[in-house]
Amino acid sequence: MSFIPVILWSDALVFLLLAAGMLVVSYVRQHEYLRLPWRRVAKNSVAMVSLLVLSLFLLVGLLDTLHYRVELKDKNAGKTVYSPEVLSVFDKLVEPLRLHTEKTYSAPLATNLYSKESVTDVSGNIVREYSRLQYAGGQKEGSRDVLRRALFGGIAGFIAAGLLIGIRRAFLHRSPFPVRAGWVQSPVIFAALSIAGLIGMTVNLAGAYHVLGTDKVGQDVLYLSLKSIRTGLIIGTVTTLVTLPLALFLGVAAGYFRGWVDDIIQYIYTVLSSIPSVLLIAAAVLMMQVTIDTHPNWFETAASRADLRLVFLCLILGMTSWTGLCRLLRGETLKLREMEYIQAAQSFGVSSLRILSRHIIPNVMHIILIALVMDFSGLVLAEAVLSYVGVGVDPSMISFGTMINGARLEMAREPMVWWALAAAFGFMLVLVLAANLFADAVRDAFDPRLNRTEGDL
Amino acid sequence: MIAYLIRRILYAIPILIGVNLLTFALFFVVNTPDDMARMQLGIKRVTPEAIEHWKEQHGYNKPLLVNRGVKGIGKITDTIFWQKSASMFVLDFGFSDDGRSISREIYTRMGPSMAIALPTFIIGLLCYVSFALLMTLFRATALDIAGVSLCVVLMSISGLFYIIGGQFLISKLWHWVPISGYGEGAFKFIVLPVVIGVVSGIGSSSRWYRSIFLEEIGKDYVRTARAKGLSELRVLFTHVLKNASIPILTGVVVVIPLLFMGSLLTESFFGIPGLGNYTIDAINAQDFSIVRAMVFLGSLLYIAGLILTDISYTVVDPRVRLT
Repeated sequence: MSFIPVILWSDALVFLLLAAGMLVVSYVRQHEYLRLPWRRVAKNSVAMVSLLVLSLFLLVGLLDTLHYRVELKDKNAGKTVYSPEVLSVFDKLVEPLRLHTEKTYSAPLATNLYSKESVTDVSGNIVREYSRLQYAGGQKEGSRDVLRRALFGGIAGFIAAGLLIGIRRAFLHRSPFPVRAGWVQSPVIFAALSIAGLIGMTVNLAGAYHVLGTDKVGQDVLYLSLKSIRTGLIIGTVTTLVTLPLALFLGVAAGYFRGWVDDIIQYIYTVLSSIPSVLLIAAAVLMMQVTIDTHPNWFETAASRADLRLVFLCLILGMTSWTGLCRLLRGETLKLREMEYIQAAQSFGVSSLRILSRHIIPNVMHIILIALVMDFSGLVLAEAVLSYVGVGVDPSMISFGTMINGARLEMAREPMVWWALAAAFGFMLVLVLAANLFADAVRDAFDPRLNRTEGDL
Repeated sequence: MIAYLIRRILYAIPILIGVNLLTFALFFVVNTPDDMARMQLGIKRVTPEAIEHWKEQHGYNKPLLVNRGVKGIGKITDTIFWQKSASMFVLDFGFSDDGRSISREIYTRMGPSMAIALPTFIIGLLCYVSFALLMTLFRATALDIAGVSLCVVLMSISGLFYIIGGQFLISKLWHWVPISGYGEGAFKFIVLPVVIGVVSGIGSSSRWYRSIFLEEIGKDYVRTARAKGLSELRVLFTHVLKNASIPILTGVVVVIPLLFMGSLLTESFFGIPGLGNYTIDAINAQDFSIVRAMVFLGSLLYIAGLILTDISYTVVDPRVRLT
């Protein structure tokens, strides 16, 4: 079966970000003074556990970013035709989860449907009963089977992770690089082992059950939650592609050149920040909606339409959120330009462009880094709220917001359908909490002001 | 001070014009009035006459920015931009798509919005500041660490969860107050949104206030006060709290005027007929006149908040003079 790779707009932006991130990492690795604050982060075990969780999320998101379309069997006049459905490598990996859809709701780990339906039994009578799920349970079932599977899966994951860590350690001792002491600390190993156990448990259970139940149209909630990760990550990261250049160039230019440049840039960001951001986002998204609706021929597949909407949402979020960082950078640049070394450079006749790139921008980098990692969690949370208000991602796109929106009214049912909401909120909590903890560690390591107050105490 | 205020108010005018230009560009340049008419009338089977009629009814049948057909001042004034923007400066917001006066709607909906937002703001501020003071008092002890950890967890939870969880727990499970609604005997309707509003802000706000207090407590005057033999409580409540009020006011006063706007989420979840709910309805019905009016009102109130912040500085800090 052949396929063609598909690169959606958001995929391209993710790859761009990834490349930029790798460049930054390799640059930092080569410069000792840049590695120093990161070493402080690496010593913080809470930060490292958060980083571990974040990288697992990132892995799922990245696998979900490699898209392709499968070739269809029936050929149209000799030409190969590709399915309109855009799949990702992640979809392929968890294919059973994606394809095993039931009729409607079912509780986590249940073997029967949530609601009764009319079934014709062996003798021809129509009875109403909780019919069996198509893809749950096997020959053995019940709580003993669930326990057995959870136990085996957990132990398997635990052992696998233990082996990996052992191999890594052995490898590290023999590697020509010096062993980075403090990188692998016991809380981190403990966290890694328990996460591996949890994953093993989930994987083993997911083979035979719907671990987190199914939603209204019978889709597996675990699958939906995992797919939502990519949307959340994209909102949190691609937005920085917009905020970063705008805030950096405008903020530094305003602070350095002052005068009319400063006036204009200040005017622009005062106008933007004086509009309540939800309203500005709503207005912009409404307009994008009209544009997309009036040009249906722009998009080849439904996925590409939803994707473009996601990219636009990032763009709009970026346009509304750069002003805070810009103001910070302007203030810092105003302070820096009065420093002796800048004045020395000016009197030597160094060009403004060179002063900016060599002396000012490297000295505001820590502010940018702190602002970016702090913004991430806010953006992930904002996506859910915006989708609820109706100005978020495309309703066909799987995201935490659409999951919550779809499950919100089901709380009123009796018995309650709580699992979809719980799954969305749970995954979001883990992602945002890890991001917040990591951001705190980064701030503590990079903020020069904070270090000084720590010294005082 | 009067001269300063007049200058600030005059400075607000170009900003408001900028806001108007921006929303105008968003609404009418990205999509032509024809597109909007088609959206409103439904995509299918729209005759050009129907579009013209709709545009005339809603005042969109003029040129966008410059009317070349008219002489003199009419060149600027007889356009959509002028007609739709100029009146906003005298707070006349025109009519919504269903023909009701927007100004009148804003006037009647202000009350319910304030009834929720004002108590949330005041109770919230008191709670956050006292919680932060408590953490500062016990700084670097297990209590402080527990408090900060709690804050980080609380601020990582989605705001939607607080609302849905609160409604479920308090109204559905315990039947203390009605789930949603607004009307006679408003108190029982107000309690739940206010409590949820306060709880959902605890995490980020308390942590922020705590960091402000910690910054103040490292300063020299605190050491002097302690050296003079003042008790830690006295230092915290009279000296640190007063000196920390400038950064607190910077963040707090600016949102006071915006309380009028209500909260989009809270109002829509609890069915409160306030301005936030009005805005959400307008967004869902794609009523651009209302959204534009709310954007204008929002930025007007934001600028008012900035001016109020400056005035509040002179109240708490006698050294500040507005010139």
